[in-house]
Amino acid sequence: MGKIKVVHYINQFFAGIGGEEKADHKPEVREEVLGPGLALKAGFKDEAEIVATIICGDSYFGENIDEAKKEILEMVKKYDPDLFIAGPAFNAGRYGVACGTIADAVQNELGIPSLTAMYEENPGADMFKKSLYIISTKDSAAGMRDAVKKIVPLALKLAKGEEIGTPDEEGYLPRGIRKNYFTDKRGSERAVEMLIKKLKGEEYVTEFPMPDFDRVPPNPAVKDITKATIAIVTSGGAVPKGNPDHIESSSAQKYGKYDIEGINDLTPENGETAHGGYDPVYANEDLDRVIPVDVLRDLEREGKIGKLHRYYYSTVGNGTAVANAKKFGEAIGKDLKEAGVDAVILTST
Amino acid sequence: MVKEIERAGIPVVHMCTVVPISLTVGANRIVPTIAIPHPLGDPKLDPKEEKALRRKLVERALEALQTEVEDQTVFEMK
Repeated sequence: MGKIKVVHYINQFFAGIGGEEKADHKPEVREEVLGPGLALKAGFKDEAEIVATIICGDSYFGENIDEAKKEILEMVKKYDPDLFIAGPAFNAGRYGVACGTIADAVQNELGIPSLTAMYEENPGADMFKKSLYIISTKDSAAGMRDAVKKIVPLALKLAKGEEIGTPDEEGYLPRGIRKNYFTDKRGSERAVEMLIKKLKGEEYVTEFPMPDFDRVPPNPAVKDITKATIAIVTSGGAVPKGNPDHIESSSAQKYGKYDIEGINDLTPENGETAHGGYDPVYANEDLDRVIPVDVLRDLEREGKIGKLHRYYYSTVGNGTAVANAKKFGEAIGKDLKEAGVDAVILTST
Repeated sequence: MVKEIERAGIPVVHMCTVVPISLTVGANRIVPTIAIPHPLGDPKLDPKEEKALRRKLVERALEALQTEVEDQTVFEMK
């Protein structure tokens, strides 16, 4: 067998094209090894070769999922690779969704073994961990070396059609696949052993982890919107000019509660965004593009809604830990409930 | 956040551009928006048209809030 042919997918940032201002970069293919591809190449030694790198801006992908997918599939097809690798995406949400979407499509539509890599809280992980091998990485590019060390062996195994070990052995996120195997102890014995360990407070590993479905059933609809108090909440980092609470541009540790009494329109003078995960130019020009205060004021004046709640709540949803987002959500929900708010418009960028 | 506010007993409509993420985080009422850096606007339009577009999106969100749903529902623009 000759060298394994690999096509690698990365975003505009890892390709060195630019940051958020270049996130609308359209899919492009280059016959060279770029960014994290260099580390992969070193890891592959002579076994595999990256024949092309496909680059796409994260916003372009997120806003044009179907078109981007089609364009990129065509590019991949041209090289007829033995293996497709996307990422690693770490905790970059749009990038993770792009990596998962495209690796899933290459695997299922072109029949080419694929894998990607990202942090377990990346939304792309939840979306695709069942259908794809996703190597579990740290939450930032500081984990690149560790990621590459796990990607390379799994990638080679996949390309060669070798047997894949368990998530623990290979370093991928559990896919919920059960495999039969023979063991010298029967179930009852193993169950009793587990129970004894549990009673002693020792560590034990379950053989069948319960899936964690956390869904909240929808609340009843608003009966009379013309009497309802509506509040705005956003993860788009909207803040009063100057960001008085210093909400972090990524991995936010807090949210803000801001009084908009008397404000009928957001302008570059009274509002801006603190978000570091998208190009802030448009939000800073007119923050109504993130939180529609102007329109809700009009609707309030026209009697189409009861009232726009006096405060809006905002945080930055950029690499923010799920645990923090949950905490913010709980506190905001409680506050809004106590204030008698009837419904919430939550905007995300 | 969407989920925790819904859990507090307040109906939430999530206005966002990347709908698959919204579905993954568990929003129940979803209105797709324009673009990631400007969900509720489009800098290519003149200010009047842009505000009209924003109003349509917000009106759609209000419709979503007034609609009974049993499961995650995406309210596309009509």
